[in-house]
Amino acid sequence: MADIAQRTVRMEPPRRPERMIELDTMGAVGDAARPLSLVERLLAITLVRRLIVLVVLFGAWQAYATYLDNNLLFPTLTETLEALYDAVVHGPLIERTLTSLQILLTGYVCGLALAGIFTTLAVSTRIGTDLLSTLTAMFNPLPAIALLPLALLWFGLGAKSLVFVIIHSVLWAVALNTHSGFTSVSPTLRMAGQNCGLRGVSYVAFLLVPAAFPSILTGLKIGWAFAWRTLIAAELVFGVSSRSGGLGWFIFENRNQLEIPSVFAGLLTVIMIGLLVESVIFRSIENITIRRWGMQS
Amino acid sequence: MNINAPMPGTTGATAAPLLAVDNVTLQYKTEHHLVTATWRVGFEVYEGERFVLLGPSGCGKSTLLKAVAGFMAPVEGQIRLSGKQIDRPGSDRMMVFQEFDQLLPWKTVLGNVMFPLLVNRRMPKAEAIEHARSVIAKVNLTRFENVHPHMLSGGMKQRVAIARALAMEPAVLLMDEPFAALDALTRRNMQEELKALWDDVGFTVLFVTHSIEEAILVGSRILVLSPHPGRVKAELNADHLGFDDIGTPAFEKLHRRIHDLLFADKVETALAPEIQHG
Repeated sequence: MADIAQRTVRMEPPRRPERMIELDTMGAVGDAARPLSLVERLLAITLVRRLIVLVVLFGAWQAYATYLDNNLLFPTLTETLEALYDAVVHGPLIERTLTSLQILLTGYVCGLALAGIFTTLAVSTRIGTDLLSTLTAMFNPLPAIALLPLALLWFGLGAKSLVFVIIHSVLWAVALNTHSGFTSVSPTLRMAGQNCGLRGVSYVAFLLVPAAFPSILTGLKIGWAFAWRTLIAAELVFGVSSRSGGLGWFIFENRNQLEIPSVFAGLLTVIMIGLLVESVIFRSIENITIRRWGMQS
Repeated sequence: MNINAPMPGTTGATAAPLLAVDNVTLQYKTEHHLVTATWRVGFEVYEGERFVLLGPSGCGKSTLLKAVAGFMAPVEGQIRLSGKQIDRPGSDRMMVFQEFDQLLPWKTVLGNVMFPLLVNRRMPKAEAIEHARSVIAKVNLTRFENVHPHMLSGGMKQRVAIARALAMEPAVLLMDEPFAALDALTRRNMQEELKALWDDVGFTVLFVTHSIEEAILVGSRILVLSPHPGRVKAELNADHLGFDDIGTPAFEKLHRRIHDLLFADKVETALAPEIQHG
């Protein structure tokens, strides 16, 4: 080191004059903080960007359908919207939708109640855990719709069979997620809860359920999606004989009459309800619970 | 800081012990072993004491605390609180854990402190809010009353946990290395705050630590345990030493003495099987 220091000539930086600059106008640079333009601000909103995507998709749809010019295969957007309007105002669409939703809610609530019983059993006894694990392992891979023929045999044509398959589609998804949520609650939090005096049902209700809420919510979402698909599919299969059919029946009926724009209108309704539940209901539940609690960013 | 009659607000210094741990042997199962955590450990805690369980990891001090909390039953011996045998967890033995996730993330600071009060129906809600607020003020968190735990720093979370425990006015406060996960500066602060809180409120505390310095600073009496399995090595008085005594010969002497007591186990520890549990 000393060698090198002696050998190299040390460079002296040049001494330079100071400089002072009079600031008058910034000219082309502009202000330090310039408000974003309207376009930039609008593009920052997710909803606006999504709407743009939607408009482009709808445009493509309309353009292709107009080019195809065959409303038996692929009606235009405007035809679909007309059919939708017609079905809502004059037709049975609202009634059909309500029928579907009513059956769906009945099945969903029953499924949740059963899932609650199963998971409470599973956390309180070891044999309950084994029971739940075995049942979910068996039934979770079984598509609910596969049970429909049996359900029709047991419960006949009608709402009961539908509720049965919906319960089947909701129960295992929710129970599985809830139970895995329960088991992943940290031992410290469990002990803290017991230490505070929680036991039995109050322990499940006031400690395990809120602590496992992120998993439970995931289960609820998956359960909802399963139930919704199962219902529409089931209605397509046997809506035939029931007089107050649901959305699936609406689609089926219109296809039989080759009212293809109305089929599209039915499909659009299915999509819209799915979107509404997912992005409005579940999103707001998330916002007031797990996001606020810092359990999900 | 020299308190010779450390029984604030009690009937008498010579009364029966508040907590009696009598020849307690504790065992727990891991996947492959039945581990004996403590072997015939006995000690007594009197009201108003700051009783410290000190030992290296593997001496069963945390397990001992869990047994006092009622999370596990001794295979031999008895643990009695005010003469009654402990058989389950209860809010007369509130516990402060080392981990920050002991707070309920879905409740605010106020909600967390009120929670055990409401669960045990100790008082009506309005009264519980009042009481919780006053305890939160004692740990200097009034400004954060309505904040959820994930917004708090580690030290603040531990203060909330202490407030939650103190709000229940437990017969004995159990603390399981409550400051071990904090940074050094915050830890010292918290030790001083705990001592100040004790001067103010006068609770009984059973404190687990593996830091000799913390034991001397926080404790009034120190139980030194040896590892694998935990056995009582010594029971020492440390009431005469506080924060002002750090660095003094008396402090260093006690520190040295405890260090030697623990150090004597070194050979034994090296031979013991690799079982890690505090």
